[in-house]
Order: sequence, then structure tokens, then C-alpha cells
Amino acid sequence: MSDSHAHHDPHLAHHFDSHKQQFTAQKLGMWLFLATEVLMFGGLFVAYSVFRYNHPQMFHEGHKHLNWILGATNTVILLFSSFTMAMAVRCAQLGNNKAVIRFLAVTFACALGFMCIKYVEYSEKIAHGHLLGNLYDFEHKSEGAEGEGHSAVTHESTEDASRKSTESKPEAETQEEAAARIEGEKNQHVFFSLYFMMTGLHGIHVLVGMAIMIWLFLRARKNEFTPTHFAAVDLSGLYWHIVDIVWIFLFPLFYLIS
Amino acid sequence: MEINADSSAGVAPTHQAEPLNYLNHKKGIASWLFTVDHKRIGLMYLALIGVALFLGGVFALAVRTHLLRPSDKMLTPEQYAQMFTLHGVIMIFLVIIPGIPAVLGNFVVPLMLGAKDVAFPKLNLFSWYLFATGVVMALVTLFTGGLDTGWTLYTPYSSTSFSNVSLVGTAAFIMGFSSILTGLNMMVTIQTMRPKGMTIFRMPLFLWAAYATGIIQIIGTPVLAITLLLLLMERFFRVGIFDPAMGGDAVLFQHFFWFYSHPAVYIMVVPAFGVMSELITVHTRKTIFGYKAIAYSSVAIAILSVIVWGHHLFVSGQTMRTSVIFSIITFAVAVPSAIKVFNWMATLYKGSIALTTPMLFALSFLFTFGIGGLTGLFCGALAIDVHVHDTYFVVAHFHYTMIGVVMVMLGGFYHWWPKITGKMYHERLGQLSAVLVFIGMQMTFLPQFIMGSLGMPRRYYWYPDEFSMHHHISTGGSYILAAGFALVAFNLIWAIFNGKKAPANPWGGATMEWYTQSPPLPHNFDSAPEAGDPYDYTKVHWDNEKKEFISPYVQ
Repeated sequence: MSDSHAHHDPHLAHHFDSHKQQFTAQKLGMWLFLATEVLMFGGLFVAYSVFRYNHPQMFHEGHKHLNWILGATNTVILLFSSFTMAMAVRCAQLGNNKAVIRFLAVTFACALGFMCIKYVEYSEKIAHGHLLGNLYDFEHKSEGAEGEGHSAVTHESTEDASRKSTESKPEAETQEEAAARIEGEKNQHVFFSLYFMMTGLHGIHVLVGMAIMIWLFLRARKNEFTPTHFAAVDLSGLYWHIVDIVWIFLFPLFYLIS
Repeated sequence: MEINADSSAGVAPTHQAEPLNYLNHKKGIASWLFTVDHKRIGLMYLALIGVALFLGGVFALAVRTHLLRPSDKMLTPEQYAQMFTLHGVIMIFLVIIPGIPAVLGNFVVPLMLGAKDVAFPKLNLFSWYLFATGVVMALVTLFTGGLDTGWTLYTPYSSTSFSNVSLVGTAAFIMGFSSILTGLNMMVTIQTMRPKGMTIFRMPLFLWAAYATGIIQIIGTPVLAITLLLLLMERFFRVGIFDPAMGGDAVLFQHFFWFYSHPAVYIMVVPAFGVMSELITVHTRKTIFGYKAIAYSSVAIAILSVIVWGHHLFVSGQTMRTSVIFSIITFAVAVPSAIKVFNWMATLYKGSIALTTPMLFALSFLFTFGIGGLTGLFCGALAIDVHVHDTYFVVAHFHYTMIGVVMVMLGGFYHWWPKITGKMYHERLGQLSAVLVFIGMQMTFLPQFIMGSLGMPRRYYWYPDEFSMHHHISTGGSYILAAGFALVAFNLIWAIFNGKKAPANPWGGATMEWYTQSPPLPHNFDSAPEAGDPYDYTKVHWDNEKKEFISPYVQ
């Protein structure tokens, strides 16, 4: 009976017949979960596409407030962390728990670095009143605090908008361009709503990934991973790659529009 | 919770006589709340769903009773809006969506596979806790502002309504994850834990249906999650995605909402199709007609279901070209559905039809779902939809499909009740309950087709005198329907205490859940049985001395 046999092997759950079956099940489960993640982010990407298609100017104006150098740095950091995560998986497959710990530490440091840079970016947005929805600084209270040329304006104060924009760029643009820009400066809070919700949801996933890494780290310290039992690292690695891939799409869609 | 208490209390006195089973091997409330046994988790879902069904039913009766004589003003307009909204939300999110997949799916799927449990037992328990949290939050809503937006939660009203949309939204969000995780668990279990000899074309059709349901849950539900999240953000921060006052797009919400909620219809119906396939064959003792056609049509429905959502937006300002495309695809869904219905009818042909309670429910479904499906085509036709949109015609159409599902669910409970509890229900009472549900259902909703086509709009607090006859018949029918449901509940609970002891295989079924004892062992099977043709009834023999069916592979 496989039942009594199973009790000898703490790594094999009682309802599975073999390690192979257990691993296949876990892996399929993870891939299905990742599919749901893609679809959940997919909803936000659809919302992004709809608004981008209907209001391209809004995005064009909004992205000027984002710092692409910080965004690019974060992209490089995440890509590198995906590499170290893949190495951690490889080492777990070989049963080398010491190396798993090392690579997890580097990956964790990258994730932490990513979140620090996000913190800097978010603080800057908050200081300038570039927030989501009704938290957006419609009255330009924080205008004086920094030297930004044309802060965003809502439809509630279009007069104000045209005045400000003519001040900031007096002669360089034609009437048409000015009209397009004013159009874009309307509803900037929607751009920042999308920005904060998409990068925010992504950020939450990074934090979850960091928690998972701590858990893996503790298990690796107990030398738990062996060439037959490395699923936890393997599947966490898949999750981490999805977090990375989502960012790969977020970065150009927000920072590199022109 | 009734079930929990019953099983431990009811079994205790006869403990010596009764062999070890999943109900009596551990006792106490903690052994239920921390169990990872798929059978017990299935029953815990049943307890919650039973409470929800009762509440949803009471709200429906409140609506119907008010409409008996609206001039009496039994409900205020606000209360009326709350009642039909809560009826819809509870019946959909708390009863029909989890009904078959979580109760029967949990209980039956691993048994049909000859497996000891689902692939992820702890995740399964976690899903139940998520669901329970959602149920509690939904109940709290009743006392904290309620909900008056209609179950569809359309913006901009839902993003500004003073009723407690936020809490219901959060509840549905959490229950969505429960649904996703259950679907994921079922898919992985069916894909990786089939026993020796069970190729995909030897799977019982309920497994095909459970798998197809999992596909829809995984594709649709995450989109609902993000939609509800956006709705919550809209309410808290007015982010301007859905609210036109903030620069948002209200129709985008309708697209998002129906991208989940139309497939959700199939999350409800496809498992019912699976149960149908089992009921029809077992109770006619005839192999299923067109196995592959039924199996593939489940998957076809799963795929088509996610590309028809636009037929809910024919009058919402969608371009004509888009509407035409959605209309055509909608008609295409009728094809796999009809394939199933015709195959079941062909299965009945020259079968030895036993008019047992499960069979009566199955036949009720054939009739009811036939009408529900065909009137769906009326609604899917562009010109007619403009006329019937938001009328009682639509209400009648989806109740014909949804109560059809509930009929199969009840039939399924009756069918597997001997396996679940080890006791037989009262057959005569069971048949009476099936007849009551059938008559009540037709009487409630046939008049609604008529008044809908005459132009009576849905969700109205008041109606002109010319509709009073239709409304009176409909309300009368709803009382009969309620009596039918009450009788089902009574019969099933009665069986636990007073029912005759059930044999391992009361119906002579050939799928593997009938191979183990009733109720099953804690770990289902001592050794994994080998699978054969799940619909080959020649291998199940009637033993005239024992007066029971003998499975080919007795545990």
C-alpha cells in the first residue's frame, strides 16, 4: 500500500503516488495561478489601452512627470534579479543549499533596491501632488514648491489651464499644438490613477515575492532542498519571473511614451 | 453547520456497529474546521450554501409578495431595490456559482478519480475560509446599509451609491479567489491524478465538466477581481476609470463586468451539464450516447463563453458591427448546448428509465433548460433584444436557465446523498419535491415571459393593472417553488436521522465513487481501483439475495 510507504517520505504528501506526480501537479497549479495573474493585470492593461486610445495626449503629457532614468534603473535591477533567481533554482535542483542562500540574498537585495527606488519616485509624485483620483492636486497647491513648467489641470479649471500653459511655453508651439496639450493636461488624475494602480499592484507583488524569498531562505538554511525536492524554489522562481515580465511591460508603457 | 452537528451526533450511538468512515473517524467541531479532507470540506460548503439559499429565497419571496399588491406598499421603494439586489447577489455569488463545483465537485471528483484527495488539500481548506469570509461580509452588508444597485453593480450609480457597495465588492472579490482556487485545484487534480486505465476519454463526463468549469473560472474570475478592485478605488479615490464625472468610461465597466459575468453563467451551467450526464445514464441504466460529443461540447462552451459578453451591451452604445459579431457568436454557443441536450435525449431512448427523484430533476432540467436556452436566442437576436432588453422576458429567460441549474444541483444532492451520508432519503417525498419545484418554477416564470414581451420592465416597484394577472400567477408559483425547496431540505435532513442505511451502490452506477463504501473511508479507497468504461452497466450486477448492486471492484 502506498499509504504506509508515504509516511516514510516527509516530502511526499499522502495523496500522491510518486514524486513525479506531485511535482507535475504543483507545477501545473503554479502555471494556472500565473495565468490568473496575467489576466488580472490584463484588465488593467485593457483599461490603459482604452484610455490611451481615446486620450493619447493625456498620456503624452503625463509621462513627462515620470523619471525614465529611475524607471530604467529599476528595469535593469529586476532583470538582474530574475537571473539570480534562475541561478537559485538551478542550485536548488543540484541540492546546493549554500548557493541557494547566496543567490536568494542577491535577489532579495535587488527587490529591496527596486522598492527603494519606487519609494523615491512615489515621494516625488506625492510632493508634486501628482496623485490618483481625487487626491490629485487639482488646485496646484504644490505648484510653488517645485519648478515644473506645466503642471496638470482638470476640466474644472480649463481657463486656468490655458493661462498657465501660455505662460510656460509662449512662442514655441502653434495653436494646434497648444490645443492638443491643453486637451492632454485635462484629466491628468486619470493618468496618475492608472500609474499608481498598475505600479502599485505590481509593487504589492514585489513585496509578496520578498516575503516568499525570506521563507525560502529559512528553508534553505535547514538544508531542505534536494535534487528530488526543490519545487518550492522552482515555483517561486516562476512567480518572480512573472513579476519581472509585468514590469517589462509597465516600464515602456508609462515612461517611454512620445 | 447543521450537517456538522448532525453527522457527529447522529453517528455516535451506533459507533460500534458502523464501520470506520470519514464522518465518524474524528469528532468535534475542530476536526471539521481544520480538516483537509475534500469530503468534509464539500459538506462545509453545503452548510454555508444552504444558509445562503434560504436567505436568497426569503428575499425573492419578499419581492414577489410585494408585487402581489404593490398598492399595499409592503416594501418601500428603497427596500424593494435592496431585496432584488440582495436576492441576485446571494443567489449568484453564494449559491449557484459555488453550488455544484464546490459541494459536489469537492465531494465527487476525487472519488470518481479513485484518488485519496484533491491535489492541494490545504489550498482547498483555504478556499473554504475565503468563501466563508465572503459569506460573512455579505451578511454584514445586510445590516450596514445593504445594497441597492442591482447585482450588476453598474457604474456610475454603484460608484456613488450610499448603500454598502464597498463591502459587497470586497466580499465578491474574496469569494472570487475562492472560486479561482477551487477551479485550479479541480483542474490539477483531474489532469495529474487519474488512476491507471483512465485515459481522458474514459473519464466520467462530470470530470470533463469540472475541468471545463475550471478553465472558465481561471479565465474569467481574475478579470472580475480587477474590475471590483477598480470599482472600490473609484468609490474611495474617484480614480476616473469608470465614473464619467471624473473623466472615466461607464461602458468600460459593463465590458469588464460581463467579461466575467457572462462566463460566470457557464461556471454555473457547465457543472450542471456534467451532473446531468451522470444522472441520465445511471437512472436509465444505459451507456451515454455520444460520449465524445458531450465531452468536447463542454470544452467548446468553455471557450465560446468568454467571447460573447458583448451581447449584454446591445443597447449600451456599442457599434453595430461589434453587436453583430457578438450576436453571431452568441448563436454559436447554442450549438454545443444543443448537442448535449440531444445526446441526453438519445440516451433516454430505449433506456430503462427509472423515475427516481434524481431522474425527475434531470428531466425537469431538460424541459426547463430547453426553454431557457431557446429564449436566450431571442435575447441574442439584435432586433428582438432592443424590445425585450431590461424587461421581465430577460428575467424569465435567465431564471429558466439558472433554476434549471438548481434543479440539477438538487438532483445531484439526492443522487449522491446516500454516498455522502450513508442514508437513503424518502423516495416518495423526494418525487413530490421534484414535482413541486417543477410546477412552481413554470408557474412563476412562464407568465414573466408573457408580461416581458408585452413590455413590463424588470426591477419595477409598481405595475399597471393590465399586468396584475401575470404577477398574481407568478407570485403564486413562487410560493409553490419555495414549498418544493423546503421539502427538499426537509427530506435530505430527515434522511440523516431516519433514513435507511444506504448500500455502497444504491443506483447501480459504474463510476468509481460507487466502488467504495457509503459513507466512504476517510482516505476513500484502500488501494487505487483500476478504471474501465465509466458507463458500462453490464459489469454492475444485481445481487438478488443481498438485494443490492454489486460493483465489479468492491473495496
